[in-house]
Amino acid sequence: MSYIIDRRLNGKNKSMVNRQRFLRRYKSHIKKAVTDAVNKRSITDMERGEKISIPTRDTSEPVFSHGKGGARQRVLPCNREFHAGDKVLRPKSEGGGNGAGEGNASNQGEGEDEFSFFISKEEFLDYVFEDLALPNLLKKTLNEHDAVEYRRAGFTATGTPNNLAVIKSMRAAHARRIALSASSRRKLKKAKAELEDEQAKDEDLKNPIKIAELEEKILKLQEKIKKIPFIDTFDIKYRNIIKEPVPSTKAVMFCVMDVSGSMTQQIKDMAKRFYILLYLFLQRNYEKTEVVFIRHHTSAKEVNEEEFFYSRETGGTIVSSALELMGNIIEERYNPAEWNIYGAQASDGDNWDDDSPNCAEILRQRIMPMAQYFAYIEITPNAHQALWRAYEALAPQLGDRFAMEQITSASDIFPVFRDLFSRKSLKEAV
Amino acid sequence: MTKARRREPISTGSEWTFELLEEYDKEIGRIAKEYRLDTYPNQIEVITAEQMMDAYASVGMPISYNHWSYGKHFLHTQTHYQRGQMGLAYEIVINSDPCIAYLMEENTMCMQALVIAHASYGHNSFFKGNYLFKTWTDASAIIDYLVFSRNYIKKCEERHGVDAVERILDAAHALMNYGVDRYKRPRPISSEEEKLRQEERESILQQQVNDLWRTLPISEKESKKKRIRFPSEPQENLLYFLEKNAPLLKPWQREIIRIVRKLAQYFYPQRQTQVMNEGWATFWHYTLLNTMYDEGLVTEGFMMEFLNSHSSVIYQPPFDSPYFSGINPYTLGFHMMSDIRRICEHPTDEDKEWFPDIAGSDWLDTLHFAMRNFKDESFVLQYLSPKLMRDLKLFSIMDDERKMHISIDAIHDEMGYRKVREDLAKQYDLSYREPNIQVYSVDLNGDRSLTLHHQRQNNIPLNEQTQDVVKHLHTLWGFDVYLHSINEEGKTIKSYSCSENHHYSEEDQLELDT
Repeated sequence: MSYIIDRRLNGKNKSMVNRQRFLRRYKSHIKKAVTDAVNKRSITDMERGEKISIPTRDTSEPVFSHGKGGARQRVLPCNREFHAGDKVLRPKSEGGGNGAGEGNASNQGEGEDEFSFFISKEEFLDYVFEDLALPNLLKKTLNEHDAVEYRRAGFTATGTPNNLAVIKSMRAAHARRIALSASSRRKLKKAKAELEDEQAKDEDLKNPIKIAELEEKILKLQEKIKKIPFIDTFDIKYRNIIKEPVPSTKAVMFCVMDVSGSMTQQIKDMAKRFYILLYLFLQRNYEKTEVVFIRHHTSAKEVNEEEFFYSRETGGTIVSSALELMGNIIEERYNPAEWNIYGAQASDGDNWDDDSPNCAEILRQRIMPMAQYFAYIEITPNAHQALWRAYEALAPQLGDRFAMEQITSASDIFPVFRDLFSRKSLKEAV
Repeated sequence: MTKARRREPISTGSEWTFELLEEYDKEIGRIAKEYRLDTYPNQIEVITAEQMMDAYASVGMPISYNHWSYGKHFLHTQTHYQRGQMGLAYEIVINSDPCIAYLMEENTMCMQALVIAHASYGHNSFFKGNYLFKTWTDASAIIDYLVFSRNYIKKCEERHGVDAVERILDAAHALMNYGVDRYKRPRPISSEEEKLRQEERESILQQQVNDLWRTLPISEKESKKKRIRFPSEPQENLLYFLEKNAPLLKPWQREIIRIVRKLAQYFYPQRQTQVMNEGWATFWHYTLLNTMYDEGLVTEGFMMEFLNSHSSVIYQPPFDSPYFSGINPYTLGFHMMSDIRRICEHPTDEDKEWFPDIAGSDWLDTLHFAMRNFKDESFVLQYLSPKLMRDLKLFSIMDDERKMHISIDAIHDEMGYRKVREDLAKQYDLSYREPNIQVYSVDLNGDRSLTLHHQRQNNIPLNEQTQDVVKHLHTLWGFDVYLHSINEEGKTIKSYSCSENHHYSEEDQLELDT
C-alpha cells in the first residue's frame, strides 16, 4: 500500500529558523566580515550579498573520537602489488594510509579551514544598517496624517447623485412595492376568481348585480395597486465612500552640492558615498524613493546624477541659490503631505560671506517646515567658515531634525553616517 | 516468479507524472511481494531541491526541534549545492510507519523508479525486518515523539530563553554517541505517554537526586560502613548517567538530555547496519528493476540510465585514490548480498567448504535470514566469502605510530582470508570505532567531582576536540570533571579536566611521569 503525495507546494523554508539560529550564534563573526566587506567594497556596490567565512574551529561541534596515533588495523580495497608481510613506508600526506576512522569524519568534510556561506543582499544591508534608524521616521504617524485614500464602505441613504447605487435602489423599490401591494393583490385575486365563477354559471343563474359589483371592486383594487409609487425616496441608496488615512511611503532625497572650483573630484567622491549611503537607507525604509540632484556655484541647477558628480564647473559660491531652488522644487513637485523630504547638503565650507546668514534663514523659514530631515556635511580638513557658523547657530532651533558633521577623509563617512542617524535621536523624536 | 509473458513498457520518456509514479510503484510493489519483501505502508513524497536541502539539514528527520547546528548544516549544503560542488541525494528515507520516502522533483522517471525500489521497498523492508531496528526503534511512534520533543523544546525556549536551552542542547549533542543503552531494550515511546511520564518524572526525579546529595550529617559508624563507591559499576551511557545524577540540573534540563538520548537511541541501529542496510536496498533496486525489464515493463533506454547510476553508486575508489574515503558501504553491501545469492545458486567447491550450510540452499530464504539476524560486524564475519575478498582485492594493514613502516598483515589469499575478514568485521564494530569512555566515580563526600576513564585500545589517543567535550560535560555536571586516558597496562597517559571556574587543563601524564 503506497500513498504518493505532492509536497512541492509546501513551504520550502523549513530550515529558516535554524539558519537564523546559526546567524544569531555567529553574529559577531558575521558583523566583522560585513564591516570588512564595507571597507573593501565600493559603496555603489553595496546591494549584493556577501560570503562569510568563519574558522571551522569556532563552529565545530566537538565529540569524543579517536585522534591520530596509536596502532591501527585497517582493511583497504583494491590491492595491487602488496603481499602479506610487506613493509611500506608511511605516506607523508594525510592520505589513505592514515586512520582517521570512518565514524568521526566531521560533516564539513576534512581539509576545510573555514566554514563559508552566503548571506543575502538584504541580510548584508541589515548588518550594515544595524542600530541605525532615521530620526523622525515616525513623524507621519496615523493621527497626524494628511495623505488619504478613498475606500468603499457599504451603502448609505444619503449622498450625491454620482454615487447612486441603481441596482440596490431598484431592488429596494421592488421589495417595497411587493410589500405594500400584498393585501390588495390578494383581494384582487379573490374577486377575480369570484367573478369568473359567477360568469361560468348558467345564463339563468347569473346574478348581474353581483357581477357589476365585482367588476367595480376589481377596478378599484387595480387602481389602488397602481397608486403605489414605482420608486420612493427611501428606496434610493448611495454608495458610501469614506476617506482613510494612509501611511506615507514615499521619500524624496535632495542632494545639494557645491561644484565650484574649490571642490575637487576627491571631495565630490566623498560626498557621493555619503549620498549613496543615505539613498540606500531611504530605499530600505520607503516603498518609493526619488532623488533630486541640485548643484550650484553662483547659481543653482537641477541636473542628472552623471552631471552632478562628474561635470566640472568653476566660479564663486552662493549656497542660498541652491536652497531656494530646493524650496521651489518641493513646492512644485513634492507635496509634503505625501512625501517624506530629506535634504543632504555637501560642501567644502566655502560660501560667499554675506550669503551664509541668508542660507540659514531660507533653511529655517522655507525648507525645514516641509522637510523631515536635513543633514549638512562639510568635507574639509580646514577650519570652519561662515556657513558652518551660521548653521551652527541655527541647529538648536531645529532640534534633531537637523544635523551637521565634518568629514576629513573617506574613512570618516561611515561613523558620521552612524552618528547622524543613530537610534538616540530617534528615541528623542518619538 | 518468471513470467514469460512480455508486456508493454509502462513509459518510454524520461518525464515522470504522478500517474506514472503510481503505476511504477504498483508494479515494483507487486514484484517485491513476489520476493517476499515485507514492508511498512509507503508514503512517497515528491519534494523540490530546496525542500531536500531542508530535509538534509535535519538529518532526515521530518520534524525536529530548532538548533543552530541544523542551520549550519543547511548553510553548508546550500552553499555547496548552489555552487555546483555537490549534488543532492536522490532520496531520503525515514524509519517510520508509514515509511516516508522523499523523491526529488528533478529526478527522471528512471531515477524515481530506482528510488522507489531502493527506499520504499529496500530500506523499508530492512527497517521492518532487521532485529536491531525491531529491538531498538519503534517506527510507529517516532514521528509522534519528534513532535513531542519539538514542542517541549519550544516551550523550554519560551520559558527559559533560547540561550539557556542551546547550552544544554550543545552539551548533550556532544555526548550523543554516549547516550545509548547497548544491552537494554528501551520501552516504546509515544507522545501522549511521554508527556504524562515527563510530568511525573519532573516531580520525582529531583527528590531522588537530592537524596544522593544529602548533606545531613550521618553518624560516624554509618559513614564508615557506607563508604560506597558511586556509581557502583562504571557507566557507559553518559547521558543517562547525567540525566539521572547530575546534581544541579533543573527538571527541564534533564528532560532535554533525555530527548537527545532518545534520538541517539533511535539512530543507533542505523549506525550499526550501514553496510547491510545500503547493501540490501541496492541489491533489491537492482533485482526489482531487472525483473521489470525481464517482464518487458521498462525499455532498454531506461535500463541504460539505471545501470549507469547503479554502477556509480557502487563504485569503490582504490585506497590510493584522492577520492578514497574508506570502503564504500554500497559496494561492499551490494556485493555481499549478490554473493550470497551466487553461493546459494551456483556454489563452487570453495563455497561449499566455507559455507556448507548455505551453499545450494534457497537463496531467498538465506538472504532474508541474513537481513533479519545480523548487524554489519557479524554480517561481514559470517558471510564475506574468499571470492569477494579476491574480487574487491581487500588487504589488511597495521599502522603503528611507533614503527617506521606500515606492515601488510594479510591479503586476499588462502593465508589471509580469515584475518582480512576478522579485521574488516572489527572495523564495523562500534565499540572499536568509538573511544571507550565510561563514568568511573563521583566524589560524593568531597568536591562532588566526576571522574571518567578512557580505556585505550592499541594506544589510540583521543582527538584534539576532547577538551571541548569535557567542557560540555562540565556544563551538565556542574562541578569539576576529570577524564583520564588509560592505556592497556592501566597507566594514565593523559588527563583532561574542567573545573568550577572554567579553568581547564590538558596534561600529558606520560611526560610528567617519566
